[in-house]
Amino acid sequence: MEKFKTFTGVVAGVDRANIDTDAIIPKEYLKSIKRTGFGAALFSDWRYNNDGSDNPSFVLNKPETAGAQVLVARNNFGCGSSREHAVWAVQQYGFKVVIAPQQDDVPAFADIFRGNCGKNGLLTIEMPTAQVDEIFQTLEKEPGVKATVNLEAQTVTVHSASGDKVYPFSTDPVLRNKLLNGLDDIAQTLQYAADIAAYEARH
Amino acid sequence: MSKTLFDKIWDAHVVKDLGNGEVLLYIDRHLVHEVTSPQAFEGLRLAGRKVRCPERTFATMDHNVPTDENRMNITDPIAKAQIDALTDNAAETGVTLFPLGDDRQGVIHIIGPEQGIVLPGMTVVCGDSHTATHGAFGSIAFGIGTSEVEHVLATQTLRQKKPKNYKVEFTGKLQKGVTAKDMVLKLIGIIGTAGGTGCAFEFCGEAIRALSMEGRLTICNMAIEGGARAGLVAPDQITFDYVASGNRVYAPKGAELEKAIAEWKKLTTDKGAKFDHELTIDVSDLAPQVTWGTSPGMVTDVTGEVPALDAVPEYSPVDVRNALNYMGLEPGMKMTDISIETVFLGSCTNGRLEDLREAAKMIQGKKVAKGVRMIVVPGSEAVRYAAEKERLDRIFVEAGAEWRYAGCSMCLAMNPDKLKDKERCASTSNRNFEGRQGKGGRTHLVSPAMAAAAAVAGHFVDIRNV
Repeated sequence: MEKFKTFTGVVAGVDRANIDTDAIIPKEYLKSIKRTGFGAALFSDWRYNNDGSDNPSFVLNKPETAGAQVLVARNNFGCGSSREHAVWAVQQYGFKVVIAPQQDDVPAFADIFRGNCGKNGLLTIEMPTAQVDEIFQTLEKEPGVKATVNLEAQTVTVHSASGDKVYPFSTDPVLRNKLLNGLDDIAQTLQYAADIAAYEARH
Repeated sequence: MSKTLFDKIWDAHVVKDLGNGEVLLYIDRHLVHEVTSPQAFEGLRLAGRKVRCPERTFATMDHNVPTDENRMNITDPIAKAQIDALTDNAAETGVTLFPLGDDRQGVIHIIGPEQGIVLPGMTVVCGDSHTATHGAFGSIAFGIGTSEVEHVLATQTLRQKKPKNYKVEFTGKLQKGVTAKDMVLKLIGIIGTAGGTGCAFEFCGEAIRALSMEGRLTICNMAIEGGARAGLVAPDQITFDYVASGNRVYAPKGAELEKAIAEWKKLTTDKGAKFDHELTIDVSDLAPQVTWGTSPGMVTDVTGEVPALDAVPEYSPVDVRNALNYMGLEPGMKMTDISIETVFLGSCTNGRLEDLREAAKMIQGKKVAKGVRMIVVPGSEAVRYAAEKERLDRIFVEAGAEWRYAGCSMCLAMNPDKLKDKERCASTSNRNFEGRQGKGGRTHLVSPAMAAAAAVAGHFVDIRNV
């Protein structure tokens, strides 16, 4: 897995809550046996018209958001299926980070989706709703605005025309270490091969 | 220390505490299907790794397979590639495969219990969110992504953070015709699709105890729709009788079974154990449920109406408006005035023998309404044989429904069974997201009897009055 440290990219926002995995990648695209080629499938029901042409009113089809690398959404992003293809679609489109609001009992990301993101190095950031509201307001005024995401410093800096706005975030330390160093889960687990064998011997 | 059922099973499967809030959890059973496994097996091959425990790994083809009589000749080249990949992967690694055409093939979450692969006290995973189904045995069962599938294949373990415990108690006695499906839809309507995030549900109470094994499988199946990783029911005599019955090839028998049952009886939540969340639902007045929107939480009583835009606590008026636009409905419409064109009876939620019996009872001697198409898809070949032995297939066919072979079918439109744009369907499956059953398809989730009754009437009816 590639190391994730810091990058600057265009921000795109999809202002809907409860975006489920069927919306992120419809099932027709799950038939591939490869790990690649899912970028075109991202949000396809919203992105394309029935004849396959681009739907010009969808945010990802606007010229300002071309090449976007930071996705901002609303809560419970990624609910529904466990299909990791949803993560691959987001990542292979070009996004490196997804930001969603966490408020009271309502989570920013659905559990399985968030876990799958960690396995692929797609960073998920939870922010207070007020801050996500602010980012959407900035996007409204300045479509195509860029942001710098720094995993080492744990900050998202939105480069608004009226000045930089810094949003700190926190990440699970184990996950952060893994992303910063590009570590392979299976290799790490196999360090405990003796423990696994001992467990199997006992049962 | 007082422990919950979940705690007990979890603690018994910890290989190592990784010291950072994560443990290495041993996985007793790894269920596999053709859609989420190809990249995992490929990853294994590329890294030069083997499957650690092929004897704990069971695979089938269910999502992609056609369900008609031409199913053995798969015309979709991409589906065929996926199915061929699983066949090759199983042969190469020694994983047990129930392929298309085999008597034991079917929807993975139907054949797991059927074959005795899943038992109380186990940890069970699969690259599919409805793995939660198997919690009905008193096991920790949850869905994982393809990277984790690869991890389990390579190490027979998973790195996991322990979820919180969420007790959901169902009290009271169900009215005639009201089912486990209605219970779980009601739950999701109350807590929303994120209500259980970060938690494992324990379903308990008299209304759970009164359910058959199949009813419990239905409820646990939809735990994920309420946001939870898993949903468990403590095993009891109903569970033990189920395991002992039929020909569950992979379950213990005779003296071994008696020994196992003695252990399984310890799988209960201790008195005084603490839950992080608790909810009680009285089912005495529970009406049959019907979803109206594009999420399982957008649901109401069949006697109710499509809600006003601002009357749905979990969703903003904009969300509700979007959902109603997609579904072609207006606030205030009576649920019983909603006409349907298609009825799908099947899926890992409600594709079992009791589901088919309930629907057959409702439709016997009647006809599917003009303009309505009904497909009945047994959840497994074993269910199909059993249903045909009871001549349930004859009842459905005489009523004008199509009788199919086993597969995930119209639950998720990955195979030829799908809805067209704006086609409205009464479905016994588990998700009504936009496009779930086909782009533009309009899904209403209901119980088997409700689906059958809607097929006859051409619209939703309160089956308590039928």
